[in-house]
Amino acid sequence: MGRVNVKNVSRIFTKKEDNGSMEALHQVSFDVEDGEFICLLGPSGCGKTTLLRIIAGLETQTSGEITLNGVPITGPDPKRGMVFQQYSLFPWRTVIDNITFGLEMQGISKTEARKQVEKYIDLVGLEQFKSSYPYELSGGMQQRAAIARALANEPEVLLMDEPFGALDAQTRNILQDELLKIWEQKHVTFLFVTHSVDEAVVLSDKIVVMTARPGRIKEIVKVDLPRPRSRTSHEVNLLRDRVLKLLEEERFHR
Amino acid sequence: MNFIKTIEEKGIEVLSLITAVAIWQIVADKVVHDTFLLPSFYDVMRAFFTIVKSGLIFTDILTSLLHFSIGIVAAFIIGIPLGISMGWFKKANQAIDPIIEILRPIPPLAWIPFAIVWFGLTHQAAGFVIFIGMIFPIIINTYTGFKSVPKVYVEAAKVLGCTRNIDLIRFIAIPSAMPSIVSGIRVAMGVGWMCLVAAEMFGVSDRGLGYQIWHYYYLHRMDVVLVYMLILGFMGLLIDRFFRYYVDAKLLRWTSGTVV
Ligand SMILES: Nc1ncnc2c1ncn2[C@@H]1O[C@H](COP(=O)(O)OP(=O)(O)OP(=O)(O)O)[C@@H](O)[C@H]1O
Ligand SMILES: [Mg+2]
Repeated sequence: MGRVNVKNVSRIFTKKEDNGSMEALHQVSFDVEDGEFICLLGPSGCGKTTLLRIIAGLETQTSGEITLNGVPITGPDPKRGMVFQQYSLFPWRTVIDNITFGLEMQGISKTEARKQVEKYIDLVGLEQFKSSYPYELSGGMQQRAAIARALANEPEVLLMDEPFGALDAQTRNILQDELLKIWEQKHVTFLFVTHSVDEAVVLSDKIVVMTARPGRIKEIVKVDLPRPRSRTSHEVNLLRDRVLKLLEEERFHR
Repeated sequence: MNFIKTIEEKGIEVLSLITAVAIWQIVADKVVHDTFLLPSFYDVMRAFFTIVKSGLIFTDILTSLLHFSIGIVAAFIIGIPLGISMGWFKKANQAIDPIIEILRPIPPLAWIPFAIVWFGLTHQAAGFVIFIGMIFPIIINTYTGFKSVPKVYVEAAKVLGCTRNIDLIRFIAIPSAMPSIVSGIRVAMGVGWMCLVAAEMFGVSDRGLGYQIWHYYYLHRMDVVLVYMLILGFMGLLIDRFFRYYVDAKLLRWTSGTVV
């Protein structure tokens, strides 16, 4: 079960230098049903990463509440997996040892953990690279491994912060398709941050569009299109235009 | 192709060494003519075999290695935990840093009188001076390595269920800081080796490689002095090479050989 409720969440950062303060998130509320695929979309600096980090438990909100299955979030927990915007594989561990990390932390022995994560390595197609170190991997493979590492903990919610942001368009498309396959196989709620409208339209059940700073919810767009979605069909184009317009308005507001 | 290349490269190295030795021999034998001012290569070799035959050299090497080990073990046991706690806990850094800043600029050799007063003419006294020389680079590099652990690794570990300080230090900070710690140890070994010779020379010991250099200088046996100097050089080289080989192969494989 992975039902996330975000209620009136604000986050104000205080600046040390001039005692000033900056509001990154303002009264953000939305609900995510169990097993839903949600994309968070918004202009750069609108607080998408901040929101995701609060849900992950790496950051705290100034006010408001976030619950997972009704239980307030207080700190990091393996139930909420995260894939970061930057490359975050541990460079001193091989791919397989990165993926077993979460299980090892649960006290499962290394050999047993290796057996258990085999299927996740298959799932992301890294069988040949499981004994490689991260520096030997391409960017796309690193993010695949990071996804496998998050999945191995069998989280209820998977938080992804522009995981494909640093990749070329081709790799990006491939990984989006793979991600959808994983989502269909595993019963996991996905919260996916992106600033690519295309990505959001192809992936999500709902697109949460945010305003420019301070981030507020501008609109929640339902995507009622069957999967697999063609990237160029008429409906997809219409939806893309609609979301792009929303974002454009934000550009002029600033 | 590669094989030939290696031979060529090594060939140049060997040739260069032989030439240096030849020049040394000729200058000493034909120009200087004075084994006190400059013993020739031949004199040094003869002295070397005499010392080897007497067995003295092995006691000296072992003694010096013992001093060195005492210093390095102590510096590890004290320096690494100190560096770790300073790097991880801000309060520990605030508490320890001023003390270190005051003690660090004192040259290790300035501790020799106290080494003798506290430990007498023992191995521990020599080890203590080496320890002083080694501990600061170890503390500082451990600290720096810990300070520069990328935040994203710590956060990735946290969301994967690694949340206790002790686990974060063990599974994230130490491996991430390893290249820095290792380079600190390497610097420390160089300093320690210098301190070893000086400590033994200045009477903290009555045996060991450094002590013998001074001893034979008094006896005006400069050929033996040179033998001990060369042994010190070779041992330092060997220790560094062994260390480098082991560390590169085992500990720092993941840095892809770009560091070091
Ligand atoms: N730790 C922090 N301290 C101070 N300000 C912060 C901190 N983290 C984020 N901010 C500020 O909060 C705002 C939102 O940042 P955030 O990283 O959440 O944006 P984002 O939507 O993820 O942007 P991008 O799309 O560029 O990744 C920014 O103005 C940023 O400067
Ligand atoms: Mg961001």
